[in-house]
Amino acid sequence: MPTQLDIKRRIRSVKNTQQITRAMKFVAAARLRRAQERAFAARPYARAISRLVRSAALRVPEGAHSLLRRREEKRILLLTVSGERGLCGAFNANVIRRTLEFLREHSAQEPTIIVLGRKIRDAMRKQRWKIVAEHVDVTARPEPTRAAEIANDVTAIYERGEVDSVYIVFNEFKSVLAQNLKLEKLLPIERDPASTIEEAQASSKETPVDYLFEQPPDELFGRLLPRYVQVQIFRALAESAAAEHAARMTAMDSATNNAGELIDQLTLYMNKVRQAAITKEIIEVVSGAASAA
Amino acid sequence: MAEALMLEVVTPEREVDRESVAEVQLPGLSGYLGILPGHTPLLTQLGIGSLIYKKGAESGFIAVIGGFAEVLPERVTVLAEAAERSEEIDVARALADLAEAEKRLAASSTDPNTDWDAMLKSVASARARLEAASHGAPSANKET
Repeated sequence: MPTQLDIKRRIRSVKNTQQITRAMKFVAAARLRRAQERAFAARPYARAISRLVRSAALRVPEGAHSLLRRREEKRILLLTVSGERGLCGAFNANVIRRTLEFLREHSAQEPTIIVLGRKIRDAMRKQRWKIVAEHVDVTARPEPTRAAEIANDVTAIYERGEVDSVYIVFNEFKSVLAQNLKLEKLLPIERDPASTIEEAQASSKETPVDYLFEQPPDELFGRLLPRYVQVQIFRALAESAAAEHAARMTAMDSATNNAGELIDQLTLYMNKVRQAAITKEIIEVVSGAASAA
Repeated sequence: MAEALMLEVVTPEREVDRESVAEVQLPGLSGYLGILPGHTPLLTQLGIGSLIYKKGAESGFIAVIGGFAEVLPERVTVLAEAAERSEEIDVARALADLAEAEKRLAASSTDPNTDWDAMLKSVASARARLEAASHGAPSANKET
């Protein structure tokens, strides 16, 4: 049976933990607000450019630009976005699990990966899959220029024909309580407008009519499509950042609540132990007095 | 034939404008484009200049710096690198930017390593913002 002192120590330790989790919750909440604003601000542009690209791609022959041309999927590249730190519930575990699942499903196509974020990097280093590039500290404060560099690398790899398609896995910010793990195809750019649900309603009604191109299509696509890839990667980073803070806030909130419950239970237990000790002492005194009499 | 155009102007940072308008003039890379509802689908790169839209008796001005635009019969989507509505433009700052950009341009005219494109772009951007802010009539877009 633990003594009162043991339990008291235990309570103190749980209290310390609770203070830490509460502080982390507040920090995450503050960061979440900013990250969420950024993620939301990035959405209209990302949606518009992806609608534009798909609508444009429908109106030109498939071979119009190398980023539109479909090749047989012999080798694939996967970009995967995780958080930089832990203590955010199942956030990182989900990304890692989905990544491994994807790699296993596509093991015939010699998948290679680009890791974005410290957690996924650490997890993937222990695995046998080939890592093409590692980027850490990308989601702490997503920078469009950083995303553009990554995107340009990816586009270059694709254009050199080292891979035949590129996918990306990331956590989308759905609400503070829920993240939505997304797997999207980045390259080649899909011509089928129904390939992503959001864009489906926008472009399916229109019958593809030929475009007028103000500039030569080569030049236009040469600028538009790489920009599209940059924007999609930036969006993935911004979404993931917001989702990570949301996940951490939720996880720390429930940790704080759990600590509170544990403290209550321990306090009750401590009181019972104290009561038992007092009762025992009284019995000893009484029976001592009785035997002396 | 469609009656109105849905104008949507977005930049990577935010959505600048989304409304139904009667007519749009876009600062295309190779000159201004006037768009009325029912226009043939068109895809263009944008230069630097003012986007002008008309809506009833009102007209609006948006300074646009680079990017792309897609024209569909009922919709114009502008993906600008940067864009500001005329009422949001800080004229004093734009003037200062212009003066600064012109000074640098003049100072470096003898330096062979000058990044002319970037420099002319900053001059043109500042001018476009001033122009949109003043609600002035569009002058021809003299891009580099």
